[in-house]
Amino acid sequence: MSKITDLLRERILILDGAMGTMIQRYSLTEDDFRNESLKDHTKPLQGNNDLLSITRPDVIAEIHAAYFRAGSDIVETNTFSGTTIAQEDYACEHLVYDINYLSAKIAREVADQFTASEPHKPRFVAGAMGPTNKTASLSPNVNDPGYRAITFDQLTTAYAEQAAALIDGGVDILLVETIFDTLNAKAALFAIEQVFEERNLRLPIMVSGTITDASGRTLSGQTAEAFLISVGHLPLLSIGLNCALGASAMLPYLEVLSQRAPFAICAYPNAGLPNQFGEYDETPMLMGEQVEEFLKRGVINILGGCCGTTPDHIHRLAEIAKNYPPRSIPQLETA
Amino acid sequence: MKPTLQLSGLEPLYVTAESNFVNVGERTNVTGSKKFLDLIKADNYEDALSVARDQVEGGAQIIDINMDEGMIDGVAAMTRFLHLVMAEPDIARVPIMIDSSRWEIIEAGLKCVQGKCVVNSISLKGGEAEFIHQAKFIRRFGAAVVVMAFDENGQADTLDRRIEICQRSYKILTEVVGMNPNDIIFDPNIFPVGTGMEEHRRNAIDFIEATRWIRQNLPGAHVSGGVSNISFSFRGNTRVREAMHSAFLYHAIQAGMDMGIVNPSMLEVYDDIPKDLLERVEDVLLDRRPDATERLLEFAETVKGAGKQKEKDDAWRQLPLRKRLEHALVKGITDFIELDTEEARMELGSPLSVIEGPLMDGMNVVGDLFGAGKMFLPQVVKSARVMKKAVAYLTPFLEEEKRNNPNAKAAGKVLLATVKGDVHDIGKNIVGVVMACNGFEIIDLGVMVPCDKILDAAQEHGVDVIGLSGLITPSLDEMVYVAKEMERRGMKQPLLIGGATTSKAHTAVKIAPQYHGSVIHVLDASRSVPVVSSLLSDEQSAGFMAKVKAENDHIREGFLNRQAEKRFVPLEEARKRKFPLQAPAAPAPKQSGVQHFDLTLKELAPYIDWTPFFQTWELHGKYPRILEDEVVGNEAKQLFADAQSMLQDWLKDAPVMAKAVVGIFPAQPLANDSTQLFTDEDRKQPLEVLHHLRQQSEKSDGISNFSLADFVADKNDHVGAFCVTAGLGLEKLVEIYEKDHDDYRSIMAKALADRFAEAAAEFLHEKVRKEIWGYASDETLDNESMIGEKYQGIRPAPGYPACPEHTEKLTLFRLLEVEKRIGVTLTESMAMWPAASVSGWYFGHPESKYFGLGKIQKDQVSDYATRKGWTLEEAERWLGPNLGY
Repeated sequence: MSKITDLLRERILILDGAMGTMIQRYSLTEDDFRNESLKDHTKPLQGNNDLLSITRPDVIAEIHAAYFRAGSDIVETNTFSGTTIAQEDYACEHLVYDINYLSAKIAREVADQFTASEPHKPRFVAGAMGPTNKTASLSPNVNDPGYRAITFDQLTTAYAEQAAALIDGGVDILLVETIFDTLNAKAALFAIEQVFEERNLRLPIMVSGTITDASGRTLSGQTAEAFLISVGHLPLLSIGLNCALGASAMLPYLEVLSQRAPFAICAYPNAGLPNQFGEYDETPMLMGEQVEEFLKRGVINILGGCCGTTPDHIHRLAEIAKNYPPRSIPQLETA
Repeated sequence: MKPTLQLSGLEPLYVTAESNFVNVGERTNVTGSKKFLDLIKADNYEDALSVARDQVEGGAQIIDINMDEGMIDGVAAMTRFLHLVMAEPDIARVPIMIDSSRWEIIEAGLKCVQGKCVVNSISLKGGEAEFIHQAKFIRRFGAAVVVMAFDENGQADTLDRRIEICQRSYKILTEVVGMNPNDIIFDPNIFPVGTGMEEHRRNAIDFIEATRWIRQNLPGAHVSGGVSNISFSFRGNTRVREAMHSAFLYHAIQAGMDMGIVNPSMLEVYDDIPKDLLERVEDVLLDRRPDATERLLEFAETVKGAGKQKEKDDAWRQLPLRKRLEHALVKGITDFIELDTEEARMELGSPLSVIEGPLMDGMNVVGDLFGAGKMFLPQVVKSARVMKKAVAYLTPFLEEEKRNNPNAKAAGKVLLATVKGDVHDIGKNIVGVVMACNGFEIIDLGVMVPCDKILDAAQEHGVDVIGLSGLITPSLDEMVYVAKEMERRGMKQPLLIGGATTSKAHTAVKIAPQYHGSVIHVLDASRSVPVVSSLLSDEQSAGFMAKVKAENDHIREGFLNRQAEKRFVPLEEARKRKFPLQAPAAPAPKQSGVQHFDLTLKELAPYIDWTPFFQTWELHGKYPRILEDEVVGNEAKQLFADAQSMLQDWLKDAPVMAKAVVGIFPAQPLANDSTQLFTDEDRKQPLEVLHHLRQQSEKSDGISNFSLADFVADKNDHVGAFCVTAGLGLEKLVEIYEKDHDDYRSIMAKALADRFAEAAAEFLHEKVRKEIWGYASDETLDNESMIGEKYQGIRPAPGYPACPEHTEKLTLFRLLEVEKRIGVTLTESMAMWPAASVSGWYFGHPESKYFGLGKIQKDQVSDYATRKGWTLEEAERWLGPNLGY
């Protein structure tokens, strides 16, 4: 199998699009989020999409396949909220290993099927590690700015569990994503390094931050440059941005990262901004036009979509990306 | 880019060959600053933060934080202080140097900071194993590190020892630990000079030479040091110490020292040091003469003084009061807020006017800056804290005012929650703080709150207002659900909607229609206070709610119209999409020809729909529920009683009379959306032609482009016409009231007459269905069903949505001889006189229904002009509101 680092030198790699948007299309009900062992679970589970890897693996496999068919080289596992911290809201902490292990396994199997039938285009699985719903740098209580709802150590423990289960399930890459608070991401990276050391192995790591608004900062207040410096101590496969912004709004920050980062640059913006009804309605053509600007500027190595994007969007991005060379990468990790 | 030392707070810091010397602030260090130590010991973290802020404002590019003191729990103090620093964007923008000789404090510190820090320090003092272990942890953490020139044998105090230890450390760090050489900062020990001791004479020179050697021989590595040590023996003489620091730095920087722990306010500009002082200082530093120390001491006696003036930017203190409050809010500075708030209270005379005046003005500026992306969230949170502090100061005065004025109403209870499925609560918390600052009692249910829990809590606490927040898009649907549930539970409280993805449009179009109570989109925290104040104010509430409702309706209609007008089809195409009638026409009328009769108010009274009556009085709500409405209920009851009293008088004295005229005519559809009326059932004697209009907006498949013409069956159908009035005699009555200047009764009489006219139309329509046309002789409907139009057939009025063109009334008036038979006339703009009159068409077909024409295109306007015998301009004038081009 070709190494992902070799492929990154050759061309722009395509990531997948939104998982949630695709799951919505199945109009699932509470029953779909339950199985025999969850039938008496007291909390409502609908909306806990990560659970579907256990209860409706067919749906998740179908979505992965749809993205591979649309042209994705890499799909993300269905594990955005697969930490004990994020699962606490649903009282599903005990399922975290299964969520990550099974999610990785489902994606692995679909990826291997595609690679087997199209050996010239190997497919990869990135284990998605989301931000959790708590922030280590910000107090949720305005009256007590010194308060923290979560500690670095708690985050490290949770992320280490997630990373280990993802590795057990067979992921090729770990992807720390949608980073609102860099301290959470540092805990994830710290945990990943710990797991690598324990198992005496290394996998490529992708890191993706989220610039939340016009201030050009993360939720925890860092500029894109400060964010890069804060996580750039590890030999990353890629650094980039996802979510919160549509493609055109993301460009200035990608330029900054592209100029400064020694790693590959990865971007997966939303399908525009949500309209007044909370729907992402940017069409594949429209998103394609904006993303093409990234490619013209030569700031991209890995490209995909976040909220509101579908296989149609990914297909469009893949078509456009074919016409452009990848950004040349100063320092490519050789894991 | 070239490899270099990169650090970060909220913003980046690059230490390159080109960058100037990097100042590390030293005042937040309990071992170096008595003041800071006392503050930490006294648990006064707020003032301790001011020390940090002073450092950054004074030019420190990194701040060194040290909590190594026997009496302090170092881990707890470091954690607490760093957490607080992280919440102060104007401090947290710079990188942090975590300074401790205890490893557990360093570890605790690193776990609090998102940016890339510097650890100060590690060394070979405890042996290689410990050194490697610590360095690995630091590397995994992504911090840079200060390495002291210290080993198992002690601290390096000569040039050779400095070189030996630094070289060994560098080798281990780069080769064993794998640390990026740019992340290594050596501290080759700055020791005091001018102590009078022989062995200290070369302290400055050895440091400077070690620096030069490191920079030349250990690629990437940087050099730092604690500068104030150099002048230790001149404590108390600020003038000399400032000169020594500057001169020492001048030479060390030239040798390659690129960072230093230095109090920026204890530095003189090198060129500004008087020549005689500089000469003596440099003699000591560079060991240029044996009596250098004595000569500097002698000189020092003559220049003892305060040093240069502090140049902290306090200029804003000179601004006028309101500007000072604004500055403090925008910058999040609490230092003077109580002083300024007190001054404002004295000036304005009441604590509430301080809050509602300058403080809210300041918060509005914050809101605007935030909206424009010029402030970011942590700063806004800080501003809210300043606000809270100001309000806390004012609270005792507010309470006193309340005691003196016991009738004043409590500000009210507000429930806040982030809806189910959403965990974002920062904005909501800000709203909570700002509102609490303004005296509202806040019940905050937190995040991920299910609908039932919100509504149960609202009822349990008897809250006055419910505020929902959400940031992610599915929250929008959840908010709609909450509104539906509030309606189902029959709740009355106003519902506030806020959060990043919410919008005025979504609120008006999707949420407001679900709930009869007020639903208000609140743009940001600063707007929440005036909105809730208005909602809860006795005087403003009803008007404000009506305004909100009108605004929502307006947005909704505008939105729906915009949706509808998006695409149009040509008239020809629209006609092909006419509504296909399935059933046969209603049977022929039982009574033919035109007839008119008088109506008694008594028989009409039961047909009155009271809801529009209250609307006339700008009381919004459905009758009879409005009489029990929490807000307008009392007013509505009073009004209703007055109306009933007038109604009883009218029934007794009959000062106004009601009349009706009606006729049903044989009809035949024409090809061009017109209807031909005939005098005879054989349809041989043509009477008048009715001109209808057709919807032209693009519809989805299976939905027709309606025209009233579609409701006339091809065979044996009829169209009726009617006019009723209840305004005969009203003019005289109103004249009497107006002579008395009794506007209330005058308006009441007109409103009541209008209701009677509508009731007459309802009454007559029933009579037509049951007797005159008689197609529904066995119909039994109560008044409510009738108001709900649950009967067969429609009675659209010219000038209203299905047939908005008013001049068709001329045809109607000719057909029925309206003026001659019941005395109603038309003005030149086609208004009926008396005003309390209603006219319209009857369509009897079971499939006929009301619709709105919407916008139409030029092809239809031109066609209509031809049919009416008008010019295009005339047609455009009468169809003005419907022109969609």
